Amino acid sequence: MKSWIAFWNILKKDMKNYYLKPPNISWGIIFPVAWTLMFFIKSESTLGIRDILPGVMAMSILFGTTSMLAVTITFERKSCSFERLLLAPISLNVLMLSKTTGAILFGIVNAFIPVIFASFIISLSGINWFIVFAGVLLIAITSTFLGLFIAVSVNEVFEAQTFSNFFRFPMIFLCGLFIPIQSLPIIIRPLSYILPLTYGADILKETISGVGDIPIWTDFLALIVFGIILFSISVKNIKEKWIY
Amino acid sequence: MIILRNRLLERGVYMNIVEVIRLTKSYENFIAVDNIDFTIEKGEVFGFLGPNGAGKTSTINMLTGLSKVTGGNINISGIDGVKDIKKAQSIMGIIPDESNLYSEMNGFENLCFCASLYGMEKEEREKRAKELLKQFGLDNTGKKPFKAYSKGMKRKLTIAAGIIHDPKILFLDEPTTGIDVESARQIRELIVDLNKKGTTIFITTHYIEEAERLCDRIAFIVKGKIVQVGKTDELMKGVQRDKIVQFTLDDGILDIKETLQKDFSHYKFEIINDNIIRIKSKENISLTPIMKYFDEKGLSVYEAKVIRPSLEDVFVKITGIEVSKMNKKGGKK
Ligand SMILES: Nc1ncnc2c1ncn2[C@@H]1O[C@H](COP(=O)(O)OP(=O)(O)OP(=O)(O)O)[C@@H](O)[C@H]1O
Ligand SMILES: [Mg+2]
Repeated sequence: MKSWIAFWNILKKDMKNYYLKPPNISWGIIFPVAWTLMFFIKSESTLGIRDILPGVMAMSILFGTTSMLAVTITFERKSCSFERLLLAPISLNVLMLSKTTGAILFGIVNAFIPVIFASFIISLSGINWFIVFAGVLLIAITSTFLGLFIAVSVNEVFEAQTFSNFFRFPMIFLCGLFIPIQSLPIIIRPLSYILPLTYGADILKETISGVGDIPIWTDFLALIVFGIILFSISVKNIKEKWIY
Repeated sequence: MIILRNRLLERGVYMNIVEVIRLTKSYENFIAVDNIDFTIEKGEVFGFLGPNGAGKTSTINMLTGLSKVTGGNINISGIDGVKDIKKAQSIMGIIPDESNLYSEMNGFENLCFCASLYGMEKEEREKRAKELLKQFGLDNTGKKPFKAYSKGMKRKLTIAAGIIHDPKILFLDEPTTGIDVESARQIRELIVDLNKKGTTIFITTHYIEEAERLCDRIAFIVKGKIVQVGKTDELMKGVQRDKIVQFTLDDGILDIKETLQKDFSHYKFEIINDNIIRIKSKENISLTPIMKYFDEKGLSVYEAKVIRPSLEDVFVKITGIEVSKMNKKGGKK
């Protein structure tokens, strides 16, 4: 009960201080809009929108979540206010969950902005929204935890940004969203399968465009496993490096 | 034996709220805290006095769970402070040397947020935050963002945030360093008040006067080692000095020094300047004959006072460190 109060208030504080600040709101909207326009304009027929929607959603989540962690974690650590949280009588797991839940929610909102745009242009009938939502949730969780993993591995905000690009850009090309994994050179294909986004993208492709190539339960399982691993490594890193 | 002690601890009968045994902290090869032992009694003000880099902050950080213990044991109110620190943190209030509040949030929000970390309900949080802002004279600035606060105000709010959940023991790391005299005085008063209400206090400082004024017991820490620990007044008695009385007179002391020494050969005299003279003796100094003597010589006495040994003397004697060097801010960020 007491932990819950702390959890909720940390989340609320982050929402108010970071996520709902004008620069982030506009980032949260402009970014997905830019992705959407870029891809929709490029695809000649309206038929293509549905094929491209999963990619745009996944990108929005990935960029939205990972960039927020650099602020809510690395920045707070720099300014010592993270110490205030470490001194509170709440377990490190609860603390880190409360610090990441904001980014997860932010990622989910980001994912549905392109959906709203697309719904004006094409019909989105026949989609199992329940599975889409579950997929989006899991993508948001794993990318947030990937962001967390990066944030606790560095000391400066700019390092967090650079380091996340190191992960983000290869991921775009290797996750099968824009280039099918089957058409990647055989030697880099295994790389695709160690990236969480590959599985997330597959869920969205399967449900929205009907072209997934991994069994959907494998996708979900893989994302859950990635989430757990990334989160535990991050918490362990905090224990070892930040409680020095 | 241990079972009995644990039972006593559970009932809160046990006197020591903190017990530290052979505590050590090293950073890579450097030993910052070297095998120290000490206890803090329930209800006392315990001071850690030492120069820059002595290991004060390192010790506090280990006690409060902000840094790992390299070796040794910590017991806080019956809880293992090394293994179970999260449990112990709920009864601790911690005021770090550098403020760790949120610069974008105002005073009231900062306090409410800190209270929530201890699981306090909304109503309780807001009531307590308002109370504290008032008590600390910050009620006018409650709406300003923290970054707009002056240094002294920041420190006060940091203290308020540290005591919002009514901790049993409060850790203060150099609470008056770097702020103006008036704010420092107010903070010292607050500490005394808190202690009177029953909060046990652990305070680090490199101001000797502050330690002397506030602490029931003091540990001198130098280069990671506790070189002396004891009750403040006993530490002072420890450096037994001559009894000294100082007189302030009309000018003209120099003329009478020799006859004075002859007539009162069992005392020692020391001329401080033209009109100040000190009399030293192993025994009590009887004032009447001396006053009479001055009167006969036509010198008026304007002031007579007893000079007591200060904690400064004790510190210099024990550590061999010049106090003037201690108050210089060296090695601080
Ligand atoms: N994270 C760290 N890594 C390496 N050395 C450290 C670290 N923190 C402190 N030290 C060293 O440990 C020693 C003790 O430092 P500490 O901060 O505990 O001193 P202090 O008594 O609090 O001094 P001050 O009065 O300046 O606050 C210093 O020599 C310091 O340089
Ligand atoms: Mg210090």
